[in-house]
Order: sequence, then structure tokens, then C-alpha cells
Amino acid sequence: MAFEEKWAWVGLIVSITAYAVYLAVVLSRAAGGSLPETPYVDVLLWTIGAAIVMAIVVSIVVGIFTSKEGHETDVRDKQISARAEHTSRGFLIAGALAALIFALLEWDYFWIANVLYLGFLLSAVLEGITKIALYRGGMPAW
Amino acid sequence: MVKPTRVTNSIRSLRFSAGELTQAELAQRVGVTRQTIIAIEQGKYSPSLEVAFQIAHALGMRLDEVFAYPADTHRTDTP
Repeated sequence: MAFEEKWAWVGLIVSITAYAVYLAVVLSRAAGGSLPETPYVDVLLWTIGAAIVMAIVVSIVVGIFTSKEGHETDVRDKQISARAEHTSRGFLIAGALAALIFALLEWDYFWIANVLYLGFLLSAVLEGITKIALYRGGMPAW
Repeated sequence: MVKPTRVTNSIRSLRFSAGELTQAELAQRVGVTRQTIIAIEQGKYSPSLEVAFQIAHALGMRLDEVFAYPADTHRTDTP
């Protein structure tokens, strides 16, 4: 398995785990009450920070156990990466547009921050899934 | 809309004709990873024209001796 594919797996698992932890903590804090009044900023920052650190640590560990040959990348890796980014960009734009609409409607900061975070997550998840699918199933023509 | 590649190739048999050339050796000559050569051989990836030429040169063949593309519905020549 190419290092890029392993990196896609790591990113996918770490982002989903971080978001699941974030959701669990925020929902437990809300305890059925009003979500916008629930403290969320610290958890959001901690889970994003922890996800970045975890992804770096895991990729270093994976890299140690990957052969030198496995670290090499070429034009196919770049094409797969570009195709995956192209595929997932829609979620990023949708998240940003939703945040813009929420801001125009003067909704609570909670919803603006969370719709952006959800957009980032869905974009990252789709990008990871697309990369893995392209590495495993092959790269179809446009 | 994505569609499967219709490019076929004879790299695997040509590697053996070229003195049992391994996938790793061919990859090194061409300057791509072994995974890319595997993907091309399995028809999971269509290389760029430049890489296709490099593969043909590495095998000592012409491009059309290594790669083929079915000529049917996409032909534009007039009767």
C-alpha cells in the first residue's frame, strides 16, 4: 500500500474520531437543553488540535514501518490527490455558503461555527474516501 | 461523469520479452512508482502520453506496440 493511501486512511479515521468526540461532548453538555447556549469553543479547538497532532504522530509511526519505496510519489499520486480534492470541494463550498446564510440571518455563532466544522469534516471524509477508492479501484477517465 | 479507461496495454508480456524486467525495474527506468506500473498493467490507470512514451522507450518498443485504444464510436473521420 502506498504511503499516500495510508495517509488517506489516517486522515479519514482521525477526522471522524475527532468529530465524534466533539459531538459526544457537546451533546452531553447540552443534556437536552438549548444547543446555542452550550459551551462548545474549547471542545471544538481541542478536538481540532488533537486531530492534527494525532494525524502527525500516526503518520510518523506509519512512515517508520513503510519501506523506502513506499514513500515515493509520482504523477499518479498527484492526479489522485487532485481528483479527490475536486470531488470533495463541494462540501467545503456548501459549508461556507451555509455559514454565510446563517450570518446574514444573524443566527447564533454556534450554528455558524458548527456548520463550518461540519463542512470541513464532510469535505475531509469525502476526500479520504475518494482517494482510497481511486487507489483501490483504479482511476477512471473523466 | 467518470468512465472506465479503454486504453489497453501489453506491458506485462513485453516485460518478460525484455529479459524478465521486473515492475520495480521498469518503474525505476520510467521514473514512476511500482504501484503505478501495477495499476497501468491492471488497466486501473491510464498514464499520461509522456509516461506512455517513456514506458515504450524503456521496453524498446513503439508506443502503439505497447498501448492500444479501440477505434469505433469515437472516430471522427468522414466517409
